[in-house]
Amino acid sequence: MNALRRNVLKGAAGAGTVAVAVAAGLLKPTQALAGVPRSAFEAKNVGDALKNMGANAPADSKDISIKAPDIAENGAVVPVEVTSGIAGTTAIAILAEKNATPLVADFSLSGGAEGYVSTRIKMGQTSLVRAVVTAGGKSYTAAKEVKVTIGGCGG
Amino acid sequence: MHMNRREFLQLLAVAAASGMALDSKSALAGGKVPSNFYDVPRHGNVSLLHFTDCHAQLLPIWFREPNVNLGVGSALGKAPHLVGQNLLKHYGIKPGSAEAHAFTYLDFTEAAKVYGKVGGFAHLKTLVDKLRAQRPGALLLDGGDTWQGSATSLWTDAQDMVDACIALGVDIMTPHWESTFGADRVVEIVNKDFKKAGVEFVAQNIVTNDFGDQVFKPYVMKEMNGVKVAVIGQAFPYTPIANPRYMVPDWSFGIRDDSMQKWVDEARAKGAQVVVVLSHNGMDVDLKMASRVTGVDAIFGGHTHDGVPQPVKVKNAKGITLVTNAGSNGKFLGVMDFEVKGKRVESFKYRLLPVFSNLLPADPAMDAYIKKVRAPYEKKLNEKLAVSDDFLYRRGNFNGTWDQLLVDALMDVKGADAAFSPGFRWGTTLLPGEDITMERLMDQTAITYPQTTLTSMSGETIKTIMEDVCDNLFNADPYYQQGGDMVRVGGIEYTVSPNQTIGKRISNMTIKGKPVDAKKTYKVAGWAPVGEGVAGEPIWEVVATYLRDKKVIKGLKLNEPKIMGVGKSNPGIADYDGGLS
Repeated sequence: MNALRRNVLKGAAGAGTVAVAVAAGLLKPTQALAGVPRSAFEAKNVGDALKNMGANAPADSKDISIKAPDIAENGAVVPVEVTSGIAGTTAIAILAEKNATPLVADFSLSGGAEGYVSTRIKMGQTSLVRAVVTAGGKSYTAAKEVKVTIGGCGG
Repeated sequence: MHMNRREFLQLLAVAAASGMALDSKSALAGGKVPSNFYDVPRHGNVSLLHFTDCHAQLLPIWFREPNVNLGVGSALGKAPHLVGQNLLKHYGIKPGSAEAHAFTYLDFTEAAKVYGKVGGFAHLKTLVDKLRAQRPGALLLDGGDTWQGSATSLWTDAQDMVDACIALGVDIMTPHWESTFGADRVVEIVNKDFKKAGVEFVAQNIVTNDFGDQVFKPYVMKEMNGVKVAVIGQAFPYTPIANPRYMVPDWSFGIRDDSMQKWVDEARAKGAQVVVVLSHNGMDVDLKMASRVTGVDAIFGGHTHDGVPQPVKVKNAKGITLVTNAGSNGKFLGVMDFEVKGKRVESFKYRLLPVFSNLLPADPAMDAYIKKVRAPYEKKLNEKLAVSDDFLYRRGNFNGTWDQLLVDALMDVKGADAAFSPGFRWGTTLLPGEDITMERLMDQTAITYPQTTLTSMSGETIKTIMEDVCDNLFNADPYYQQGGDMVRVGGIEYTVSPNQTIGKRISNMTIKGKPVDAKKTYKVAGWAPVGEGVAGEPIWEVVATYLRDKKVIKGLKLNEPKIMGVGKSNPGIADYDGGLS
């Protein structure tokens, strides 16, 4: 399994491997995306970030699942996976709501790519991690709380 | 009612244990305990024996259960959040009986003198062998927190416990504190000692950081009397958070109930008729997991050190999962008997047997092993540091007298305004009048990151830390709980509102009678830093210095917070002196 995945990484071609490449730090999110203005990444709050990326009032969706730890093992690298079951998903953005600049990543998907991305994000404190999915020109969202704790003192 | 002699003797044993018909105190004190006290008739065809969180206590010890174990949210008033009389009533245990002593703190000192010490591997070995003789093929499960907690385990790099567990006949284990010996040491033991002895080490929720590959086997399949039994391992999910991350740098943990479901389904598909989880989640997390994951017959739990006499039956989408928790410090052995017919469990019988050392003769081989392994350290272990007139215990949500002694020593030796001590749930109990030896001190402090620290902290930082730890204990969602108790605080008095949310639980903080100033800087002593590269004298040295100087410990003033909003009749708290509303 390991060897296979490592080979895939070396080859790094095809839509399915983009997320893995980002996760491994081979690509910076800004290199992987297309079309989201820099101002969205520089926005200091969730509202401005959404506005600047053109997703003003995304509708809550149960078809988006976010896989992330309940409590982060290391706030500097929090693994986050987003799966969108919404047909025609063309973009998946990830926001850590309480980060100084909440928009962490925006992935553009094309050519019928599966609505799935996996990456690691940095979080300064306990916060909702929000996914914003674009499909058919509309925006959808879901969120999950990830706790960042001081640690120590367990059992 | 008709019964044969054997049944009559069994009834007598139960009666004595529950104090129903016999005066069990005098029965035990007079040595007239029925010889079949530990005769647990076999039920069915699949048996699992379970101990957990023995914290490396090879010899019999005292261990007092808590008088404060609050449940929040949906856990209020339910097992395991029952203490004292409430626990006895819930399980129909007679006050004053041997079992009442084992499961509660009530009249601890007096009852301890009647019933004697608990645990000890030589005595546990005798009990395990006795039960196994009646249960061919029975598996012995070790729920973890086995290698850490004593001086000798620390000084032998866990080897004393590894060899003791192999000799005890452990079949399958899952870890928590084991990881604090470092990932390399864990892997060495698993690949060498355990492999050679045929001990399995399972953990479905430990994967590599890079690609998420399993580090250990997620589960093992065993055949018992023609029945296929799968045992899935669940390590403590928050090991890299509650303990130092740098000790397991390449491993990721977490609860991972989606992958748990995957392994359960795989085991069933491969023909498992019984699927159980050997868990170090802690009981509240186990209860939630049991409601979400389907297809598990029983979860054998630990971590939160709850001695729960009977399993909790948890309903989920496809059936019922039994959730147990088997206490700590070698005090209990869980015995689960399943009757399996066809592809499913038809019925079960469970007992959580207290291990009363006086009632179980020491196994000679194990006894000799323990003597041998301790021999090089006896002098050091037995150094008398002081005598305690006070009753020293640790367990309880907010503080224990042992921890009070540690924070008093830290403040005194370090010249601090305040001190923090982690809310560990392990650590033995000392009766009034007993010597505080180096061994007893190490019972409270033997960890691989024992450094003490003295830090300047603002009042605001102090509050943030206390709020953070308090949320790890009282978050209404068990998946955000870490299973320890509240950080022990010396020098600062406060009020706590467990049912509030993070940032709003701690109030009225005062230091020497004055309100803690958010902007002012205070000198705070502590120990057990989870960050890497922290230097400092080991905690046991600091406390030993203090004890040698004091010579006699008496009149400890237990700093307990005023508790708000839990109700005076909350079944998770009793005999509390800190103020309750």
